[in-house]
Amino acid sequence: MSDTILELNNLHTHFFTDSGEIPAVDGVSFHVNKGEVVGVVGESGCGKSVTSLSVMQLVPSPPGRIVSGEINFKGENLAFASEKRMRQIRGNEIAMIFQEPMTSLDPLYSIGNQLVEAIRMHNKSSKKEARLKAIEMLDLVGIPRASEVVDEFPHQLSGGMRQRVMIAMAMACDPELLIADEPTTALDVTIQAQILDLMRDLNKEKDTGILLITHDLGVVAEMCDRVVVMYAGQVVEEGTVREILKDPKHPYTKGLIRSLPNLHEKEQKLYSIPGTVPKVTMNSVGCRFAPRCEYAFDRCFSENPALYETEDNRYARCFLYDNFEEQEVATHVGTDSRS
Amino acid sequence: MSEPILEVNHLKKYFDIRGGIFGKKVGAVKAVDDVSFTVNEGEILGIVGESGCGKSTTGKALLRLIEPTEGEVKFNDQDITQVNSEEMRKLRRDMQIIFQDPYASLNPRHTVEKIVAEPLLVHGMTNAKERKERVKELLEIVGLRAYHASRYPHQFSGGQRQRIGIARALANNPKLIVCDEPVSALDVSVQSQILNLMSDLRDQFNLTYLFIAHDLSVVKHISDRVGVMYLGRMVELADKDELYENPKHPYTQALLSAVPVADPDETGERIILQGDVPSPSNPPSGCPFHTRCPQAMDICQEVTPTFQDHSDQHYVACHLYE
Repeated sequence: MSDTILELNNLHTHFFTDSGEIPAVDGVSFHVNKGEVVGVVGESGCGKSVTSLSVMQLVPSPPGRIVSGEINFKGENLAFASEKRMRQIRGNEIAMIFQEPMTSLDPLYSIGNQLVEAIRMHNKSSKKEARLKAIEMLDLVGIPRASEVVDEFPHQLSGGMRQRVMIAMAMACDPELLIADEPTTALDVTIQAQILDLMRDLNKEKDTGILLITHDLGVVAEMCDRVVVMYAGQVVEEGTVREILKDPKHPYTKGLIRSLPNLHEKEQKLYSIPGTVPKVTMNSVGCRFAPRCEYAFDRCFSENPALYETEDNRYARCFLYDNFEEQEVATHVGTDSRS
Repeated sequence: MSEPILEVNHLKKYFDIRGGIFGKKVGAVKAVDDVSFTVNEGEILGIVGESGCGKSTTGKALLRLIEPTEGEVKFNDQDITQVNSEEMRKLRRDMQIIFQDPYASLNPRHTVEKIVAEPLLVHGMTNAKERKERVKELLEIVGLRAYHASRYPHQFSGGQRQRIGIARALANNPKLIVCDEPVSALDVSVQSQILNLMSDLRDQFNLTYLFIAHDLSVVKHISDRVGVMYLGRMVELADKDELYENPKHPYTQALLSAVPVADPDETGERIILQGDVPSPSNPPSGCPFHTRCPQAMDICQEVTPTFQDHSDQHYVACHLYE
């Protein structure tokens, strides 16, 4: 077993709004090993982005706040770390890239300026050295004419190029963990293929762990070693890529995979999960997926399922797997009162 | 074979770039550059391409929501680029459009009833009671409930809003619906609901769709024939099975191989294209794809390939097949 660099333990991030407290992240636990690519999949509003922002303590506060839980990064709990400590971690040890590269780059500063700032923030180096390092990083992420691009401004670059700059900036300080929040969603498929290729190379070369947040199961199949599926603020299933995509256990994962149009198969009718994602409140009782689930039975509406181990190292939050009793992982049992 | 309902010949749309103190024309963005195709009655023609390839402009130019610069659009054998605006308004009863963003295409201050009834009123259903009945009927058709009529768009989810957009498009029993990225703003599980609804409606009302999208698997699922656009030009057009199994144009091949497939066993050869799409205001000479094409030859830089039938209704614009 390789070393765990990031471990989330029963993380709760809630939003305190005028209409009440909303558990956006409700007891999420998973881990990322060194050099591993872990995918977090789910539809909009399932809490996958809030989870990743929580790791960096970037959840807008107010209204959001980490209520309880642990974020262990190399043995240090970051969940309630000071802002000063977080500034040392961000960019240096954990870096993040976002979905929309245009909004994450400052339009008023040249690419070089922004890269140099990031480099000098964490390493003691002269402006000249930092500039050389910036050019080297741009080269590394495959930007042609790196020594000219370094003096250009974000608007002069295309979407794919901007995302490369973001990756260069994220990788500048050799972080051990890269959090990529929908890094290719705003890009076209041919550009997406280039960026995924680049991320895979960096992962192999530098042994950087990647936490990849995405809604695209195709991207997951291509990039990830392990997958965490989220639904309405909770982890509903966890396993390796092959297990999740080939043999999903949770009814939600099953439905999600079946509702994808396939490039290679011909079928007239697409499967679709009825209904829409529910609004979760503090008082929600029962399995969050139960109202849309075709296997739902009485218990699903009255108790919260825990994450049950279905096979070795595979977990699903579903009562269908409750007969694998003893091995229940009691991370978030909620009101589960089994008799 | 059924009759062509829509025939597009050499459609062009250039947007002028103006500059200087007198606002003189200094150039043009060739958004759509010489595109020709036909859509048969009752079929779904998919159009795919990356952002900026002109697929949405093509869709809007067909309805003259954007005036085409040149070319001919024949709907039921009538060239609609020549008719006046009053006749065009009447024609739009048969030609409707569904937009991408269900959040932006519905007026937030109107109730669903008003939104769906508006096209009915415009096209002469003056009796308020009749309109109300028709709105109810339409909402049921698209899978909503009659009581939804008195609600406002913000009370609905993305998928439900797209259903309202579809109900509005269906109001006057159109023959052709241009669907401009109708599912790309939706989540996977909702996306499949809308796709199923759209194919059911096609069967039920004998509709014809021009389905514009960037997601290749969605287009494959719903279409009968598929056209691929690149930099304002149609580069390949064929029956969907033929196109996906036997792509001829190097761009189509690269595009298909770049789509990530949700299957860990799928280890197909990947063609990763170098570089970005060139700017449509200054497209490359000759074949627009030659700057990124792995199989480019000398001739590609100079001569624009013609879009021709290669075999059995499989159209390609590439020098490799001439």
